[in-house]
Amino acid sequence: MTDAAVQAAPGNSATAQPETMQWDSRARRVVMLWIPLLCFLLILLFPFYWMTVTAFKPNAELYDFRTHNPFWISSPTLDHIYKLLFETSYPRWLKTTMLVAVCSTVLSLVASTLAAYSIQRLRFKGSQYVGLAIYLAYLVPPSIQFIPLATMVHQLGLFDTPFALILTYPTFLIPFCTWLLIGYFKSIPYELEECALIDGATRLQILRRITLPLAVPGLISAGIFSFTLSWNEFIYALAFIQSSESKTVPVAILTELVTGDVYQWGALMAGSLLGSLPVAIFYSFFVDYYVSSLTGAVKE
Amino acid sequence: MSASTAIDWTKRRAEPSALARLFDWKPFLVIICLLPAVGLLMTFLTYPLGLGIFLAFTDTTIGRRGVWVGLENFEYLLSDPLWWNAVFYSVFYTAVATVLKFGLGLWLALLLNQHLPFKSLLRAIILLPWIVPTVLSAIAFWWIYDPQFSIISYLFVDVLGWRTTNIDFIGSAWPARFSLIFANVWRGIPFVAISLLAGLQTISPSLYEAALLDGSSSWQRFRFITFPMLLPILAIVMTFSIIFTFTDFQLVYAITRGGPVNSTHLLATLAFQRGIPGGQLGEGAAIAVSMIPFLVFATLFSYFALARRKWQQGEAND
Repeated sequence: MTDAAVQAAPGNSATAQPETMQWDSRARRVVMLWIPLLCFLLILLFPFYWMTVTAFKPNAELYDFRTHNPFWISSPTLDHIYKLLFETSYPRWLKTTMLVAVCSTVLSLVASTLAAYSIQRLRFKGSQYVGLAIYLAYLVPPSIQFIPLATMVHQLGLFDTPFALILTYPTFLIPFCTWLLIGYFKSIPYELEECALIDGATRLQILRRITLPLAVPGLISAGIFSFTLSWNEFIYALAFIQSSESKTVPVAILTELVTGDVYQWGALMAGSLLGSLPVAIFYSFFVDYYVSSLTGAVKE
Repeated sequence: MSASTAIDWTKRRAEPSALARLFDWKPFLVIICLLPAVGLLMTFLTYPLGLGIFLAFTDTTIGRRGVWVGLENFEYLLSDPLWWNAVFYSVFYTAVATVLKFGLGLWLALLLNQHLPFKSLLRAIILLPWIVPTVLSAIAFWWIYDPQFSIISYLFVDVLGWRTTNIDFIGSAWPARFSLIFANVWRGIPFVAISLLAGLQTISPSLYEAALLDGSSSWQRFRFITFPMLLPILAIVMTFSIIFTFTDFQLVYAITRGGPVNSTHLLATLAFQRGIPGGQLGEGAAIAVSMIPFLVFATLFSYFALARRKWQQGEAND
C-alpha cells in the first residue's frame, strides 16, 4: 500500500492477483495491519481484564503491587462477589434493572412496530413528515430532559417507582426502533400484502400474519438494541429513583457501593463485572443482529 | 369441499362486524397505530422539552412552584465563572474527543476492512466497550486512574522506570480533563469504527481496481475514493457523536463528579448538580437550555459541512 508498491503496479497490474498487488510482503502486513490491530484490541479490552482481575483478587494482593504481580492473581477469591451478592441488595437491583429494561423494551417495540407499519405501509398524507419528526426526536439528548421530566415525574406521583423509568425510557427507544423498523418494512415486498388484501384479509390480519413474521430479524435487532440501551441508561435512573432498593444496577453501584473515602475496589469491580455480564452475554447471542441494526440505522 | 369454503367465504365477507370494519377504515387505523408512539413521545419528550424551556425562565426550586423571572437565570449564568468553565470544557471535550474518535475509529475501520481471519469475532469483541454500561466501565477507569494504585503508574514507575512518582490522573485540572477525554474516546471508538466499516463495505471494489489500473497511490485511493464515498455516513455518525459527547454526563459524573475544584464540569453535570441535589430546578433548566444553541449549531455544521449528498451522488458534478 505504499508508493513502492504502486510504482511496481502499473507494469504488472494486468496479470498480478489483487492480493499480491495490495501487499508486497508479509512483513509489511504485520507492521501495517497486525501491530496496530493488536494495540487497538489491547487498549479496548484492557479495562475489562483489569475489572475481572480486580474482582477476583484478595484485598492483600490488591493493594500490594511489589510482592504480587498485579497482572495476575496468585490466590483467586470469591469474597468480593460473595459480599456483593449476600451483603448488599445487589440481587434486587439486578431484578429492578431487568424489569425496567424488559418492560420498556416491550412497550417501545409495540409502539414503534405500529408506528413504523403505519408510516411505511399505510402511506397517509404527510407520513414521511411524521417519520422525520420521530427521527429528530432521537437527537434530543436525555441530558436536557431530565430536569423537566423530574418535575413531571413528581407531579404524576411516579417518583421512586420503576414506572418512572419504564415510561421515560421509550422516549429514546421509540425513535430508534421506529427508524430501524421502517427500514425493515421497506425491504418486505409490498406485493405480498396486496395479495392478502385481494384475498380479503383485513389490515390487522396482514400485519399479524404477513408483515410481522417477515420482520422478525428487524424486531430482534430493535429489541436487543433497546434492551442494552435501557440497561445502560443512567441519568434518568439517577434523577428519578431515590430509595436504595429500587435503584438500577449502574446507579446503585456508583451511589451505594462508593461509601466514604476508602473505596472497596474489589467489591466495586465485582459489581461492575456482574452488571456488565448480563448485557454482554445477551449481546453475544445476537451479535450479528446488533451489528446489523447499528449499521442499518446509520445507513438509513 | 370447494363449495363449502366458498359459502363460508361469502358469509364472512357479507357481514364483517362493525369493529372489524372500523379497523379496516384507514384513517382510524392510522390514528390507532400512531397513537402509542406519538402519545408517548408527546407526553415524555415534546412536553418536557417545552416545560424545560419554561422552567429556565422561572425560579422554581424542588417543592416550590416558581414565578416567571424572565432572563434572570441566564443573566446570572453569564456572570458565573463556573458556567463559563463548563462551556469551555464541554466544547474542548467534544472537539478533542471527536477528532480522536474519528481519526482512530477510521483507522480501525480501515484495518478491519482488510482480509482478516475471525472477522466477525473481532468485530464482536471490538464493540464490547460500547455495549457495557458506561458507568461500569467508567468505574473501571476510575480504578485505573487511582492516585495510589493505578496500574498505569505501576507500569511507568516500577516496570519501565520512566518516572519516579505516580501519575496524578484525576487530582488536578488538566490531567483530569485529558483522562476523561481518553475514557470517552475509548468508549466511542468501537461505535465509530463499526459504523464506518459498514460504510466501507458498501464501496464497490471496482472503483479501486480502476484506480489501481490508472496508477494511483494508496493515499490517492483513500483521498479520492474512500473518503468521498464515506462522507454521507461520516456526517450522520459525526452528528450523533457530537450531540452525545457534548451532552455527556455519565463518564464525568462517575469518574470525577466535576472535580477537582469544578474543573471538569460539563454543562450536563453542572445542570444536574444545580438542579437535582442543589434543588435549583430553574437554574438547572437554564443550564440545560443553554446547551441547545451549541447542539443546533453542531448538528447543522456537521450535517451541512459533510453531507453534500447531491454532490456525492454526482448530480451537480462534472
